[in-house]
Amino acid sequence: MPVYSEKVMDHFMHPRNVGEIENPDGIGEEGNPVCGDMMTFYIKVKDNRLEDIKFKTFGCGAAIAVSSMVSEMAMGKTLDEAMKITPTSVAEELQGLPKNKFHCSNLGAQALHKAIEDYLSKQKAQGEKKE
Amino acid sequence: MRKVYLDNAATTPLLPEVREAMLPFLGEVFGNPSSLHDWGDTARQAVDAAREQVAVLIGANAEEVIFTGSGTESNNFAIKGLALAQQSKGKHVVVSAIEHFSALHSARTLEKWGFELTEVPVDKYGMVNPDDVRESIRKDTVLISVMHANGEVGTIEPIKEIARIAKENKIVFHTDAIATAGTIPVDVKELGVDALSLAGNQFYGPKGVGALWVRRGVRIMPLLDGGVQEGGRRAGTENVPAIVGLGKAAELAKASMSARIKQLTPLRDRLLKELPASIEHVMVTGHPQNRLPGHASFCVEFIEGESMLMFLNMEGIAVSSGSACTSRALKASHVLIAMGISHELAQGSLLCTFGLDNTDEDVDYMVKVLPPIVDRLRQMSPLYSKFIKASKGGK
Ligand code: FES
Repeated sequence: MPVYSEKVMDHFMHPRNVGEIENPDGIGEEGNPVCGDMMTFYIKVKDNRLEDIKFKTFGCGAAIAVSSMVSEMAMGKTLDEAMKITPTSVAEELQGLPKNKFHCSNLGAQALHKAIEDYLSKQKAQGEKKE
Repeated sequence: MRKVYLDNAATTPLLPEVREAMLPFLGEVFGNPSSLHDWGDTARQAVDAAREQVAVLIGANAEEVIFTGSGTESNNFAIKGLALAQQSKGKHVVVSAIEHFSALHSARTLEKWGFELTEVPVDKYGMVNPDDVRESIRKDTVLISVMHANGEVGTIEPIKEIARIAKENKIVFHTDAIATAGTIPVDVKELGVDALSLAGNQFYGPKGVGALWVRRGVRIMPLLDGGVQEGGRRAGTENVPAIVGLGKAAELAKASMSARIKQLTPLRDRLLKELPASIEHVMVTGHPQNRLPGHASFCVEFIEGESMLMFLNMEGIAVSSGSACTSRALKASHVLIAMGISHELAQGSLLCTFGLDNTDEDVDYMVKVLPPIVDRLRQMSPLYSKFIKASKGGK
């Protein structure tokens, strides 16, 4: 078993915000090229803030803890703030990750960012339609 | 909490009788077997007695048994040493695609040293087809090495047939019997092999000790230079307590082999049947019948092995997995991939290996504890929700 911090174990055993959102404002899916794992983030946006976040993860204990932590860190934040969440800041919040598990934290931040980008591009498309 | 150890392929525990046999050699009997006095003689006699016990286990002559520091060393020694000793004859080596890394990577090192390597494929059960070995043979083939059984999927290989092919072509044949020696009957004459590796911690002996048997007349190049221990083939002061333990473990294994097989097989068969029956989308990996007695391996769809291991560990159950996430290199098990299992499915690899301490209650416990864990992880899995949506929408 990799040596995981208490924080990682807590998020692994009690992951926050697991699930899916019906009719989400944005979806972000990220695959892990290293080991073939996958994370999907669903977001609801209101007044430029992340009103709700849900995720699903296929991966190791670290990947599950990372996605849970990302969802917690981003909840209620403005989109700009959420875009500033990095793999490093996620790993720090989790009291560190074993070295060979660091790539799992990329997965989480990227999946969230993709969901936000998805939302923004939909917004843009809608704006263009209105014009 | 109930504690259930189902990882005997990683290592078996040490039997109390084995520990007892070792203890004097961790205490008052400390001589160096090479020394020419009473202290040395006592140690040397103990090493020789152990050599005899190991030889009896595999139906060999004692002087053909070389003690090593592990199964990994035995495989390195065999593959590199047997190939190097014959390099003037040819530089082609054949191994199976599912060899343990200690054999496979040794063969790949030979490649770097100018040898050519053929890796023979396996079928979906992890079984080598002897015809594929036959076809891989070239004029310059000097060594064939195929494992007796695979520790990850439990499949027992047709070693006799492969050995016959090697013999017909006058090629040295080594088998890695680390998963089988001390577990199922292994007789070097009956198998018809030229060299065979085994390891102590696979049959209730100590860790850090193994043996390589090499038929008399077959040349092998030593890996370790130094003194003339082990007939000059493996230098270095002998690990006397471990060797004594290996010998004792070999003796006990020989004496109680059929009883052990009778104990482990029903446990294995129950798990092979009951896990797939209690959880949907679980497949058995490896050969359905032709497998090691205590060996039950599976792939659980839509989830990943490490997270399964962690939850099982919290319930007191120890198992292992060939998933990419559980490996240090973050690569899916080469064995499962060689069997044609997808990377995605290999992520759900689960390996349960029974030992002498296990009982029917352990199977009951596993079958009770695992389904809710799998369910919990599947509820988190994007692959599972995709599958559910597709099967709902599709039909
Ligand atoms: S998701 Fe594979 S190691 Fe973390």
